[in-house]
Amino acid sequence: MKLTKTLLATTALAATSGAALADGHMANELTLVSWGGAYQASQVKAYVEPYLAMNPGVTVVWDESSAEATAKMRAMNEAGNVTWDLVDAVASDAMRMCDEGLIEELDHDADLAAAPDGTSASDDFGDLLVSDCFVPQIVYSTTFGYRTDMVGDTPPTSICAIFDLDAYPGKRSLQKRPIDNMEWALYCDGVAKDEIYDVLGTDEGVDRALAKLGTIKDQVVWWTAGAETPQLLADGEVVFGSTFNGRLFSAIAEQGQPIGMLWDMQSFDLDGWVLPAGLPEDRKARAMDFLKFATDTQRLADQAAYISYGPARASSAPLVGKHAELGIDMAPHMPTDPANSGNVHVYDYEWWADNRDDLDAKFQAWLAK
Amino acid sequence: MSDTTLDGPVLAADGTPLKRSLARALRRQKLRALMLIAPLLIFILVTFIMPVADMLFRSVENGIVEDTLPRTVVALADWDADSGELPSEAVFAAMAADLKDAAEAKTHTKVGSRLNYENPGISSLFRKTGRRAKKFDIEADGPWKEQLIDINDGWGEREVWRTIQTYSPTYTAGYYLNAVDMQVGTDGAEMRPEDERIYMLLLKRTLWMSLLITFSCILLGYPVAWILANLPMRQANLLMILVLLPFWTSLLVRTSAWKILLQQQGVINDILVWIGLVADDNRLVMINNQFGTIVAMTHILLPFMILPMYSVMQTIPPSYLRAAKSLGATDWTAFWRVYFPQTVPGIGAGSILVFILAIGYYITPALVGGTTGTFISNRIAFHISTSLNWGLAAALGAILLAVVLALYWAYDKIVGIDNVKLG
Repeated sequence: MKLTKTLLATTALAATSGAALADGHMANELTLVSWGGAYQASQVKAYVEPYLAMNPGVTVVWDESSAEATAKMRAMNEAGNVTWDLVDAVASDAMRMCDEGLIEELDHDADLAAAPDGTSASDDFGDLLVSDCFVPQIVYSTTFGYRTDMVGDTPPTSICAIFDLDAYPGKRSLQKRPIDNMEWALYCDGVAKDEIYDVLGTDEGVDRALAKLGTIKDQVVWWTAGAETPQLLADGEVVFGSTFNGRLFSAIAEQGQPIGMLWDMQSFDLDGWVLPAGLPEDRKARAMDFLKFATDTQRLADQAAYISYGPARASSAPLVGKHAELGIDMAPHMPTDPANSGNVHVYDYEWWADNRDDLDAKFQAWLAK
Repeated sequence: MSDTTLDGPVLAADGTPLKRSLARALRRQKLRALMLIAPLLIFILVTFIMPVADMLFRSVENGIVEDTLPRTVVALADWDADSGELPSEAVFAAMAADLKDAAEAKTHTKVGSRLNYENPGISSLFRKTGRRAKKFDIEADGPWKEQLIDINDGWGEREVWRTIQTYSPTYTAGYYLNAVDMQVGTDGAEMRPEDERIYMLLLKRTLWMSLLITFSCILLGYPVAWILANLPMRQANLLMILVLLPFWTSLLVRTSAWKILLQQQGVINDILVWIGLVADDNRLVMINNQFGTIVAMTHILLPFMILPMYSVMQTIPPSYLRAAKSLGATDWTAFWRVYFPQTVPGIGAGSILVFILAIGYYITPALVGGTTGTFISNRIAFHISTSLNWGLAAALGAILLAVVLALYWAYDKIVGIDNVKLG
């Protein structure tokens, strides 16, 4: 047993990090930053435990600070004392940190593993490489769940049911930010999908989106934490609620709540790793070694056995199997499954990076009135 | 803090010659005392005063534009933004050279994010141009005006150049203007458009609701403190634990508990429907609004009111009340004329504690505030952790700090700060 472990470790090390070993040793402690909860648990099972088994001398320290990652990264960077080695962040935060020079630009083909069939990493991730500093792990979506017992005989199939108070009376919960809500409002106000950002770029477009949201404003519960919508749905406080699809999955599949998924116009988003800028060589070498292992095709597919988020690599999709504990097929619960992704909203990162602060001010002023 | 421990009333007096000579004699002793508190003083200076000062300094600091685009700032200084024309070729050439250097140092996106707070779109303008800028050959290529506009037509917009020019100086009042819903317009400071004004509204709301919370804490806390102070020790201790238990419970737990109690399908509504006071299809909305915020925050801050009132009431001898009554006062007169005035220092201490804690609160308003119960601190937290606009967060924080100090000063003038006791 011990021998196999050592053998495995040496082969893995030789395979994944020949370059790093050649020019110096790797630090034995790795500080990972993530979100806590079920998501972090899926990371532990899918690739942190296997990595530790292969590298017996290494210890992993977790910091559940991803929600405040940008601010903390900036503070650490200014203080010149970065204690994190690898940070899990959503794509928009990664872009912001990349702009601020807080995280390293990566060479995706050189730093990451190729797909088993030899496809290069950059082709395997494809369009999901939205920033030079970012390695996506999962595709998640912000989408709606509805109370199956509160919608009568006509369960909603279109996102515009959110705005239809006659057919679906009752409260709805929406995230307290302009992103997604403004796009959904314009879409349901008759704007074609590929023109949404053009319209939203004008003052009239913003007014139009807010006016549409205004039609349901007094029926909306605004949430700030992802756990709120599942709780509001479970208590019957709201008929509809938007949240991350994995939260709805656990409310439905693990807790058996009477909740249905409304995948129409789900908003895809990405979550992945970023590497803090200016790490010492030995820590950087360890982080890169782990990064290469944790984002290969098999590991990303393994993660999908613990949480219903789609793997970011195209080559991982066919390997997605059953839920590790519930034994149900995970593919139909993935936001990327063809049955669910018939009509999706593609979030424009660059547009929001430019306009987020401006629209946020308008959105908050509108909310406060 | 230091002058009460150090000097006490000696320096606070009006300074007669006698006292002055006495002070001279005491100087050596004071120095010794200063040495004793020096470790604490240095600790507070390094871990509290300096970081706060550093953070507040960001509200006016704007060196990034000048540092990243030094040539452009100089070249742009003569441009008249109202002339209706774009800056000259020299300015564009300076920008190209600055961008090349900035892109190599990877600072171009930083200045882009900074200017994007003032003019949406500049972030991607710098990001996209920066990708090409590394390959610029400043001597051979050109003219730069066409080149840059060709790369991104944002460079052909006068507003972009106006923003760069406006935010060229090392120090700016822009963050403070933004924090009071104003902006730098073509003719100096002007109000923001109606649909972008939010901070003054939030500041007023924060102050008003904090006052309401303070008053409801006084109303609810006063009788509790009175009972605590007048019960026999054994029962008082038991009650005290009941007051302190919620104090020791996590803030998040208590806030979530209020959600369960107050929501439309919650415990209180269920009971009201069950006893028939409220119709099932017309349940009361008690959360995600100001009411919910005031209830939850009053509950959370109540111990901060009860404890100082209790310790002040404990020191009031019961014989005073008995004396008043034996001299013919009614219960009410005895309370209002004899007992109540002696409890004012406790009310004052509790009110200051509760009020100052309340205006800085953001977790509870974020969770139960809905749209009408949001506080200014929620926006400060947003700018610190999400938008990374620390300059604006610092300006908002500085204004909040100034308001607290002004209220503290007013309290001192009206009630007198010597009249505050924690026991």
